[in-house]
Amino acid sequence: MNIFAFEFRKYVGSLAVWIGSIVGLLMMFMAFYPVLAKDAAILDLFLEHYPEELLKAFGMGGELSLASVAGFFAFSFAFTQLVIAAQSAYYGFHFVSVEERERTADFLYAKPISRASILAAKYAAAGLALFLTNIGVWAGSFLAISWFRGDATYELWPVISLLLTVPVFQLFFFSFGFLVTAVSKKTTGVIGPAVGVSFVLYMLNALRRIIGGELLGLLSPYYHFDPNVILQAGQWEPFHAGISIGAIVVANVLAVRFYLKRDMSTAI
Amino acid sequence: MRAFRHYVLLTGGISLNAIELKELTKYYGKVRGIERLSFSVKEGEIFGFIGPNGAGKTTTIRTLLGLVFPTGGMATIFGLDCIRHGKEIRKNIGYLPSEVFYYDQMKVIDLLKYSASFYKRDCTKRIHELAEIMELSLHRRIEDLSYGNKKKVGIVQGLLHDPKLLLLDEPTSGLDPLMQKRFFDLIAAENKKGVTVFFSSHILSEVQHLCDRVAVMKNGSIIRLESVETLRQENYKKVVLKAVDLSAEDLGLSGVTDFKVDNGAARFFYRGNAQELVGAIAKQQISDVVIEDPSLEEIFLHYYEQAQP
Repeated sequence: MNIFAFEFRKYVGSLAVWIGSIVGLLMMFMAFYPVLAKDAAILDLFLEHYPEELLKAFGMGGELSLASVAGFFAFSFAFTQLVIAAQSAYYGFHFVSVEERERTADFLYAKPISRASILAAKYAAAGLALFLTNIGVWAGSFLAISWFRGDATYELWPVISLLLTVPVFQLFFFSFGFLVTAVSKKTTGVIGPAVGVSFVLYMLNALRRIIGGELLGLLSPYYHFDPNVILQAGQWEPFHAGISIGAIVVANVLAVRFYLKRDMSTAI
Repeated sequence: MRAFRHYVLLTGGISLNAIELKELTKYYGKVRGIERLSFSVKEGEIFGFIGPNGAGKTTTIRTLLGLVFPTGGMATIFGLDCIRHGKEIRKNIGYLPSEVFYYDQMKVIDLLKYSASFYKRDCTKRIHELAEIMELSLHRRIEDLSYGNKKKVGIVQGLLHDPKLLLLDEPTSGLDPLMQKRFFDLIAAENKKGVTVFFSSHILSEVQHLCDRVAVMKNGSIIRLESVETLRQENYKKVVLKAVDLSAEDLGLSGVTDFKVDNGAARFFYRGNAQELVGAIAKQQISDVVIEDPSLEEIFLHYYEQAQP
């Protein structure tokens, strides 16, 4: 049994829950679409009763109408991004720190295998788990759209463009978690930091929507890959995508360097 | 493996040092782990590493394994740098940590097979032999095992690949006396086959029983490195005199240490001429006298209290 197979096996149970949650969330949101789309006027009336800032914070009131398939899918996908971010960050915080948190590092790292090989195997196992989630997101998105759009039409390419952002979005949060655990002396919790970072960056983008400007958004991948913008433009915004990709590269290079020279903590 | 073969070719079968430390230092930030440790362990030797908790025993072993990186100095195992050639070196090391933690959801046999898979050889027969000796049930989940049984898993996983060097960090904690004996027999048998054993402990009777040489550690440094035999044969005598109001000055002897009076008896260690000791005792008003060789434990504590590294 190699490390990759051993590690991947540990993801299988939680992976089913994550993918099921993401697909379920997409289905649940899109299930409201036929009702809301039936009478766009009622929907507009409904939204008028909410403050503009609140609608902006939740990604509504953009260029795309919520009565359109693309508009409603963008609204739904913004919440899906939150779950994808939490899962990716969780894996990032978890995938190498688990050996130290559960005190098994003295078993694995005393074996005749280089630390780089262990890291590569663990990275690949987590990467495969994220890739399978990505497939789940694609399948869930197209199923939800095709089941609930009724007679409404939508353009395929903007949806594909949006779904193509998922791996980069996942890697952003995954790499953030990896970097934090690689430089930290000790990682005590995983769920808290993972949920925390996914919410904080989400709220940062929500705040940007309210106060305007771009500065806060530059720090948040929710802004770099805003579903409303991508579904409307049909493509990524190169500068924003570049920031995310650059951050991923820098985080990974630093995290690997730190991790390979890291003192494995133990119970002393 | 190539590097290890190269070492074997270079040495041509001549007995060299299995472990060699040169000024090995490890600081955790500003906290000292070990400081300028220099010593060597010969191939085929059983080497004891003695000291209380926090003396630096575990840090030394974990540095040899590349689990932590030295701040200064260097260490070699079978002539190879333990950081640069860590992967090669670890093929020939069996390691038993002081605190054993494994993947709780696994069955013992699956964990041992996983452990064996890193050595690219069939260890099945050896796993079953060792499990039988240690009376270890192979089909229970790790999470269901007591601490002592987890320790047995540690012993089997440390020995299953027939290593040439055993790094044992307080190996007997959690084992009952019967299992301790079996474990010592196992280690002695491995040593007879030529396996080098590096054995950390704070229980001196274990070291006395098993080791050839012993390094005594305090605050991250070695305060004494000696053969067990030499330590025991040092000319120390433990003296107990039943007498009223006797002080060290009354004896007028040099070489008296650890002088204590309790329950009407004066107790001390004496290192020096036996004739002078008997002469000094003869001048005192005593009701009883006991002169005996101190145990290794007492020698160790005596040293420990005196040393100021």
